[in-house]
Amino acid sequence: MSDKIPVTVLTGYLGAGKTTLLNRILSEPHGKKYAVIVNEFGEIGIDNDLIVGADEEVFEMNNGCVCCTVRGDLIRIIDGLLKRKGKFDGILVETTGLADPAPVAQTFFVDETVSGKTALDAVVTVVDAKWLKDRLKDAPEAKNQIAFADVIVLNKTDLVTPDELKDVELRIRAINPFAKIHKTTRSDLALEHVLSQGAFDLDRILALEPHFLEGGHHHHDEDVQSFSFSTDKLLDAKTFFAWIDNVSQIQGPNILRAKGIMSFKDDPQRYVIQGVHMMFEGDHQRDWRDDEKRESRIVFIGRDLDEKALREGFEACAA
Amino acid sequence: MSENEVRSVAELVKSCEAGAHVVACGFLGDEAVFANGEGEIVFASGKKIAAHPNAAILEAVCDGEKIFTCGDDGRVIATNAQGASETLAEIKNKWIDHVALGPDGAVAWSAGKTAFVKTKKGARQLEVASTVGGLAFAPKGFRLAVAHYNGVSLWFPNSDAKPDFLEWKGSHLGVTWSPDGKFLITTMQEPAMHGWRLADNKHMRMSGYPMRVRSMSFSHDGKLLATSGAEFVILWPFGTKDGPMGKDPGMLAPAREGSRVTCVACHPDKEALAVGYSDGMVMMARIPDAAEILIRGPDGGEVTALAWHPNGVSLAYGTDEGKAGVLNL
Repeated sequence: MSDKIPVTVLTGYLGAGKTTLLNRILSEPHGKKYAVIVNEFGEIGIDNDLIVGADEEVFEMNNGCVCCTVRGDLIRIIDGLLKRKGKFDGILVETTGLADPAPVAQTFFVDETVSGKTALDAVVTVVDAKWLKDRLKDAPEAKNQIAFADVIVLNKTDLVTPDELKDVELRIRAINPFAKIHKTTRSDLALEHVLSQGAFDLDRILALEPHFLEGGHHHHDEDVQSFSFSTDKLLDAKTFFAWIDNVSQIQGPNILRAKGIMSFKDDPQRYVIQGVHMMFEGDHQRDWRDDEKRESRIVFIGRDLDEKALREGFEACAA
Repeated sequence: MSENEVRSVAELVKSCEAGAHVVACGFLGDEAVFANGEGEIVFASGKKIAAHPNAAILEAVCDGEKIFTCGDDGRVIATNAQGASETLAEIKNKWIDHVALGPDGAVAWSAGKTAFVKTKKGARQLEVASTVGGLAFAPKGFRLAVAHYNGVSLWFPNSDAKPDFLEWKGSHLGVTWSPDGKFLITTMQEPAMHGWRLADNKHMRMSGYPMRVRSMSFSHDGKLLATSGAEFVILWPFGTKDGPMGKDPGMLAPAREGSRVTCVACHPDKEALAVGYSDGMVMMARIPDAAEILIRGPDGGEVTALAWHPNGVSLAYGTDEGKAGVLNL
């Protein structure tokens, strides 16, 4: 996984502060060179010979799966950028405010060149602290962007009271309890929190306390749910793959995002898995360390998910 | 077949360094040239021309006198055997993704959703529904196939008539005509190809590939279409009026284990083809009896370009790691 070019996807509803963050990433002296794929030229105030405009062209794959939409323009652009391999350290993809993140994320699973040479490092969603509450009511894209995020930049915190901020945070947590949240004004945060996140170095998921998800006293988003299942028992790899394949087929259209770390019987390595809708991919990550607990955990974020079926299915994977 | 049974002509290959990812290769006169991902035209002699400074060449085609390159600097450049370059087009803040050559010196290129054609008489452009995936001039007449999402537009650049539209759902990338002009074939984002018989627009689906088809080449007589994208060269029969409809493809020149065919180039006048693989190997295979001759052993990298000299005696190849070579039979 290590020699793949990391890709950071920057998303966020209109006016949340995405372009400010992007300009910051490009102008700060971090010693790295990024190829930047933007949806609109002109807003970027920085000279960078690796900026390219994208057209956000989404199309459906001919594989019988209606939710299997990908960004053809991204595939083409990344194909082109790969001809300059070695000339940049990472790729930043900015989406329009109204974009559904699923096709962007799925692009990194579906095309063999893109998935072979690049890896989705993190989906970073910039959120406007003042207006998020309203957007969650009227803009389904805004909710999807939060559900998809690995990192959430909760921006414009100076425009709200501490109580309002707390409320916004709880609303975000109700949709996505797994993302890291950074509170900012003017998208001002250390870039180490945005870049090279290794979101699929999923240790964070393992570190989450189960009650964190189950505590029912705060907001429950009536539309998007998230579940996390874990077990100390070693899993049977064959049973697990058959199960996850089945889950992706049956519940895939409702799954916005899934990720997990698995501990298989007779396998000294951690196996990491991630999915978007019906597309899942997994890979061995590294050996389990002697000092870490061999625990398997998987999280799902989605709509109308059958929690009982998911939980029972996962538990039945024990070897 | 074990490896020591395969004849080798590797000693007839002169290797050279192309400096970066070889996007395409060809011959200017008798000298092989390589277009690379750092915007350079590299001659087999070692001469380098910075045709697209600080940019990457995205596609290149060669007519024997000039090599036409397009790049992520938004330019189309023609470079001759002496290394003199001329700018044919420049579009600010855009990539020029594709370039194709037509009759009488016509050149086509595309940037985003727009296809351009430049002839001696002037320039025309055509806007299609989505970003252009590929361009190819018809072998006869003055007609350009423009591949995009959900099909191909067939455009007569000299006419104001609306282009004909061949519809098939999905993202169409590469496009080629059969040498007799009766069939049009596209490679798709899915691991499949699609074809149309132009007499009646009848569809042909050519699927079953484990990976995307990135390279296709018609045999000199037009009877076979060789393609990459599998563990073998896949050969689709186009010798009858039905083309490959209802027929199974042939398979030739198997890859070594774990490797795939990435590049194919049919010989200009014999029933043979050159094959490049993802492990860097280059072979020549005779179509009637599947006899194989090794041209280059597997050596990392992936073969990304192959081109025969029109005389059929020389073959140039290049890899994504900037290795290149010329075979002189």
